[in-house]
Amino acid sequence: MENNNKISGDLLLHTSVDVARCYQCGKCTAGCVLASEMNFPPSYLMRLLQTGTEENYERILRSNTIWLCLNCENCLGRCPMEIDIPKVMDYLREQSLNSNKLHPDAKPIVSFHKSFLDSIKYTGRLYEVGLIAGFKARSFRLTQDLKLAPKMYLNGKLNLMPEMIKDRKGIGEIFAKTIDNPKTKHK
Amino acid sequence: MKIGFYPGCSLKGSSREYNESVVAIAKALDIELVEIKDWNCCGATAAHSMNEELSLSLPARILALAEAQGLKEVVVPCAACYNRLMVTQHELKDDNKRGRVTDIIKMSYSGDLKIINVLQMLETYAMDKIQAKVTKPFAHKVACYYGCLLIRPHKILQFDRVEDPQSMDTMIKLIGGNPIDWAFKTECCGAGFSVSRTDLVAKLSGNILQDAADRSAEAIIVACPMCQSNLDMRRGAINETLSKPSDIPVLFITQAIGLALGVSPKELGLERHFVTVKL
Amino acid sequence: MSKIGVFICHCGENISATVDCERVAQEIRKVEGVEYAIDYKYMCSDPGQTLIKDAIREHHLDGVVVGSCSPRMHEPTFRKACAEAGLNPFLCEMANLREHCSWVHEKGEATTEKAFDLVKMLVEKVKRNKPLDSIKVPITKKALVIGGGIAGIQASLDIANTGHQVILIEKDPSIGGHMSQLSETFPTLDCSQCILTPRMVEVAQHPNITLYTYAELDSLEGFIGNFTAKIRLKAKSVDHKKCTGCGACFQKCPQKRIPSEFNAGLGNRTAIYVPFPQAVPNKPVIDREHCNYYKRGKCKICEATCPTGAIEWDKEDEIITEQVGAIVVTTGFNVKGADFFPEYGYGKYKDVLTGLQFERLASASGPTLGEIRRPSDGTIPKKIVFIACAGSRDPAKGIPYCSKICCMYTAKHAMLYQHKVHDGESTVFYMDIRAGGKNYEEFVRRAIEEDHVNYVRGRVARVYEKDGKLIVKGVDTLLSGQQVEIEADMVVLATAGVSNCGAEQLAQKMHISYDPYHFFAEAHPKLKPVETNTAGIFLAGACQAPKDIPETVGMASGAAVKVAGLFSNNELVREPLIAVVNRCAPPQFSTCVGCFMCQTACPYNAIEREEIKGRDGKVIKTVAKVNPGLCQGCGTCVAFCRSKSIDIQGYSNEQMFAEVMSLLNH
Repeated sequence: MENNNKISGDLLLHTSVDVARCYQCGKCTAGCVLASEMNFPPSYLMRLLQTGTEENYERILRSNTIWLCLNCENCLGRCPMEIDIPKVMDYLREQSLNSNKLHPDAKPIVSFHKSFLDSIKYTGRLYEVGLIAGFKARSFRLTQDLKLAPKMYLNGKLNLMPEMIKDRKGIGEIFAKTIDNPKTKHK
Repeated sequence: MKIGFYPGCSLKGSSREYNESVVAIAKALDIELVEIKDWNCCGATAAHSMNEELSLSLPARILALAEAQGLKEVVVPCAACYNRLMVTQHELKDDNKRGRVTDIIKMSYSGDLKIINVLQMLETYAMDKIQAKVTKPFAHKVACYYGCLLIRPHKILQFDRVEDPQSMDTMIKLIGGNPIDWAFKTECCGAGFSVSRTDLVAKLSGNILQDAADRSAEAIIVACPMCQSNLDMRRGAINETLSKPSDIPVLFITQAIGLALGVSPKELGLERHFVTVKL
Repeated sequence: MSKIGVFICHCGENISATVDCERVAQEIRKVEGVEYAIDYKYMCSDPGQTLIKDAIREHHLDGVVVGSCSPRMHEPTFRKACAEAGLNPFLCEMANLREHCSWVHEKGEATTEKAFDLVKMLVEKVKRNKPLDSIKVPITKKALVIGGGIAGIQASLDIANTGHQVILIEKDPSIGGHMSQLSETFPTLDCSQCILTPRMVEVAQHPNITLYTYAELDSLEGFIGNFTAKIRLKAKSVDHKKCTGCGACFQKCPQKRIPSEFNAGLGNRTAIYVPFPQAVPNKPVIDREHCNYYKRGKCKICEATCPTGAIEWDKEDEIITEQVGAIVVTTGFNVKGADFFPEYGYGKYKDVLTGLQFERLASASGPTLGEIRRPSDGTIPKKIVFIACAGSRDPAKGIPYCSKICCMYTAKHAMLYQHKVHDGESTVFYMDIRAGGKNYEEFVRRAIEEDHVNYVRGRVARVYEKDGKLIVKGVDTLLSGQQVEIEADMVVLATAGVSNCGAEQLAQKMHISYDPYHFFAEAHPKLKPVETNTAGIFLAGACQAPKDIPETVGMASGAAVKVAGLFSNNELVREPLIAVVNRCAPPQFSTCVGCFMCQTACPYNAIEREEIKGRDGKVIKTVAKVNPGLCQGCGTCVAFCRSKSIDIQGYSNEQMFAEVMSLLNH
């Protein structure tokens, strides 16, 4: 029988996950280390997807659940139906970002990811000072971790100069074709 | 023997001691590490959370570089990089995805590279040598902490077992140590939230430390730079959530092995830790 | 000259929707040898059969071809109709126009042509058919029941009570099976052993039942009504004819720490042992793998203690041969152990038990004499967590099916615990409650409403041990996924029911089918639950799929009645489609040269040697002879025979060639 629902259909296409297989046992939630911090836990998210309604999908994209998920994969490791929840989370994150439906809690997390990726785009490797500077600029957490910086430097763990790879152009092109490509937003 | 080597960004920066200890024991065990030329960042958590194609392209470039360099096998000490490279190799078995990604990176890619983590490297190439060369048995009661990315998803990584893994425990026993049976071997430490949600790292890593402390572990042994950083560098924040502050040091498995092989603490980078390593 | 009648069936629309039946009948009428041809809507119906019978009489037909469904459906029907009209039934053949034609092709010219070809082939064959008589084979009116649990016990008693002999074999030292390990049974909370042991004794004392315990099926040959079973009587090392069951030997045995299988590993037994006090027979056997004498040549204390000298050190396994007419397989099931579950400790936590182990704790004959105590330190647990669906309904673990009985026995366990430990707290983590039997739903409600068992809908992610307690991390999905953590003293896993060990090998020995989980296959899931695809072998109980006691007993009685039905005939009628070695006039007697390649080739050992003697008694030649009772008509001998002296009646070489030539000459 054909599945007529667009939401679960698209999900199946991009993640190979069939939401109908989830029988709501809750084992994922039982083992999720951050379930208590989320708007709703992973098994509830699967149920919202199962209903297939736009309203519930909106709730998911606007939740902090998808951003708090650490992709620790404990859920997939224990799920009796082997449902790839981490992959679903990655997909939902991209959807949430592309449709601008971020939960306020998600902003610092997204800022961090963006700063991380910016750093790689220009040097090819992670430049930690650049990452922190970018993050502080985006999140306005100017005084966070100020105490740690000197100790990191003294322990030899903080490189003041970035390591630049030779093929920075190649990296730039990768970014241009993927995350910075205006055509690939909203799949 | 020679083996390809992908250090990744952490080993060059905030987890420099991991790099130092890997290099030190490789030398002691006659393993020559051939670094991939002009390697780039694998994208870690940020890439796969934000864009799928980016998250596959960055690791694909690394694998393509290794192949171009003639390497057949690459050891990846950082658990996160190891996970990303393995997952990418698996995903690119799909013809469509492989086509798109090779188009993006503009490099040839065959997918035949063998990717192993540092424990697999030791298990395959060095077990007898380690046993023979132990001069200072690592006689300590320790908690081996595996974290998430070394072991899961099992279908792709096919390494050790998902619940109660044993590879580090076996290694510790080999060097004369006493690994304890404890409850937080594979519960997440807070991963990439070190900066953006330090409070959650404090909570999750706090639970891990508490269980290890309750069971009288003298140290926690890890194989992942993020775990080490969360448990070590963030100790201040963690101690605020514990009823009693903990001073249990966090060592990389390579550091523990290095100590047993008689390598100096300085050469193993033990002086770079936030929580003093006094064993 | 042949006079064959051809009858083309429309089969409602099944054939006529794609095949032009009328045209086939018209065209076949033109074939030489066809006297009469007609098409009709339902040949198998009463009027249809009458058409055939009338045609046979009116047109003096000497052969009938019915173009209709598969012979597996209606061959007996049409043959019977022919016989009633006075035509030998083996002069009637069926052309399969349904499964082989109309059901697998689209409507069109080619399909109708194929149907015509099929009918013409059979016409050519029937021209060469000879009248044959059914073979009558005697039936051995003795049944073999394999497995002495409640299913085997019930089946044996039912068959024995119809007056027939039964041999019951059981691989353990005692009959009783898993039901003897239970403390109480749902939904009545009857004491399991109290309702079982009278039956066990009845079996032992029944004049029509021969009981062999510590015995297994070694090999099986033959066919329905005529099986030859070789049974291995494992060496008990104790002569049960001399043993009085006094029990002095196992009280003195120094090997006391062998994990007891009956107690599911929770208690110990000795090397010379009776599995439980109510065992039948209540006489010991020696476990040679753990006995000091067999391992190291020492001890022999039991021999010294035995007042009747019943110990037989040098006894070997004995193989006995029995002829039986029917077999009932009742070998039961097994449960997964706690070591199967990585997230619940891989079996390393002593206080994480399986449901069967909990039964032993609750049972008055168990290792703790019926008190619920922790195996680790012997204290009484104040908080128990029951985890349902441990392994079942879990495709990731390779067991996608539901084990059917766990919801009920988990409720039972929680109730028993609450009855024995009044201030105890029990929690059941479940996904669904499957309580479909009579009084089952009310039973579960009793657990919740009267005994105050906490039911939480959600599964448990993991269990770990800390400071002597078991930390259970579960979830309540009815509260939108609120995490539930319990510090329990004991965790009981309702582990999946699986096939018994050795099920695959046993199925292969008996040539019966089994599914991917090694449960034996019934002949039809709805209408033939107690039969297998192998005629004469029946099934009952959990060896077919996990089930509860009432269903098991029902199936056992059902299988018994099938056996009794089989035995109610004096003879078994067999189709005469068997191999025959030719005979001709002297001096040749037969073209068979006596090479006996056929005998080597025959998978059923159906070929014998026959001496042809002259009038003076001297042997002229030795030729092959087929035993009509054993031959299955497979045709292997025909392929091997170099002199073409052997052929299958009803499927001769000549007939086969005629069919092929008819097709080629179309």
